[in-house]
Amino acid sequence: MSLASSTGKTTAESQTFHGSSLELKNLTMAYGDIEVLRNVSLTVAPGTTTCIIGPSGSGKSTLLRGVNRLHEPKSGDVLLAGESTLEVKPDILRSRIGMVFQHFNLFPDHTALENVALALWSVKGMPKAEARERARRRLAEVGLVERADHRPRDLSGGQQQRVAIARALAMEPEVMLFDEATSALDPELVKGVLSLMAGLGKRGMTMLVVTHEMGFARKVADQVVFMDEGEVVEAGTPSELFDHPKSERLQRFLSEVL
Amino acid sequence: MDWFDTIIRTFFDFGAMAEVMPQLLGVGLLNTLIISVAATAIGLALGMIVAIMGISPSRWLRIPARIYTDLFRGLPAILTILLIGQGFARLSQSIFGPSPYPLGIIALSLIASAYIGEIFRAGIQSVDKGQGEACRALGMSYAKSMALVVVPQGIRRVLPALVNQFIAIVKDSSLVYFLGLLVSERELFRVGQDAAVLSGNLSPLVMAGLFYLVITVPLTHLVNYFDNRFRTGKRRPSAPSSGLNEVKELDAASPLITGSNT
Repeated sequence: MSLASSTGKTTAESQTFHGSSLELKNLTMAYGDIEVLRNVSLTVAPGTTTCIIGPSGSGKSTLLRGVNRLHEPKSGDVLLAGESTLEVKPDILRSRIGMVFQHFNLFPDHTALENVALALWSVKGMPKAEARERARRRLAEVGLVERADHRPRDLSGGQQQRVAIARALAMEPEVMLFDEATSALDPELVKGVLSLMAGLGKRGMTMLVVTHEMGFARKVADQVVFMDEGEVVEAGTPSELFDHPKSERLQRFLSEVL
Repeated sequence: MDWFDTIIRTFFDFGAMAEVMPQLLGVGLLNTLIISVAATAIGLALGMIVAIMGISPSRWLRIPARIYTDLFRGLPAILTILLIGQGFARLSQSIFGPSPYPLGIIALSLIASAYIGEIFRAGIQSVDKGQGEACRALGMSYAKSMALVVVPQGIRRVLPALVNQFIAIVKDSSLVYFLGLLVSERELFRVGQDAAVLSGNLSPLVMAGLFYLVITVPLTHLVNYFDNRFRTGKRRPSAPSSGLNEVKELDAASPLITGSNT
């Protein structure tokens, strides 16, 4: 995988982002009585990329949903740029945090452009013409300006996911959450989306990435977190986790996926 | 061929048919359409309210919607029409005047809204959960995500069912005659029945029946057309293209990926 080389091509700096810090403090989340996330603490410095890896059912996706409160935490706290997210109105909080889903979740009856523009005028209150203008620029950045008038069903999975990323970026988020963003893609399209994500990280976006792409985690992440059974088992730099895994569970996980 | 003549005289007395024709056209068809369209319009509005209440996170909205639906869907239409048409006659008189016509429309609307509410609810609930989630994740409120994304998708899916419901309303509109209509307010069935009494055979009713079919049969075919179209999707046919083309296209130019400015 040549992620490093494709992002290494960065010559002229295009738009830079100003990612905020993110801090999880003893975050516990439950579905009914079942705790799926227990006392997770995690610090993500501004402009860094943290990859969360782990077997299915380990609570990775739930963790992301706790950050933007798509699912309300049971206890603990999440600090965005130092302030508690629990004290911000959920709608306001979510407009500051971008999220990209495994199944894209584009709006099927909107064109690519309208997908990106929708939240700009309906949430940010931007005039529609301006919203479309900005949407067009965001689509250009992900290489899809020529597909602006296509509906999602006329786009490939990779293109759809890039529209979804543009849609999240258009809101000028302080943090981006990726929930297995490439898991549903055809294999040849995975790299394009990962390169796009790596590019965001390079330019200062704070990212929390749930992924099964170990190559991506190793090359792009500033911090890798290994979760299992709702807990953080091990966290550290990519080389610490991938080259010198301490816990037996991580060793076993890596032996299965690598 | 005695029985043949009897059948012709009973059902296909062309003289009687021709005689009732102007009334069916000028009075019956007009009123049937007015009653059905009005009841459908009100039913759609009320039905949407019932549907939104029915899927609300709050049980204080859900339970009343449930009861309303069970009530008007569970009762025979004729009973609802009589209860409302006669029960609220005094109230109606002070608002609409002596004619029971508006009350008939309201009764039909209430019945229709219970069915339409269920149709809308099913449609809205069939929309992938990820749609609402994507909206919420962008910072949209529940109301906005429903109004701008989820509900429109739900409605599109149930258009065939809504046309079916309109057909049912057209047929049920004949029941309004129970409330006693003025001569100029009679719908198709009543016009046909009155004429049948005069002609002494059933031919005017057969004629009225034909009018119903003229409204409903094209609509059933419209439903089938809708159904096919939505099932197959209006996807532009295009030749399959290799995923590698997209990789090439990505390599060629995308500023965010390569980092170059535009």
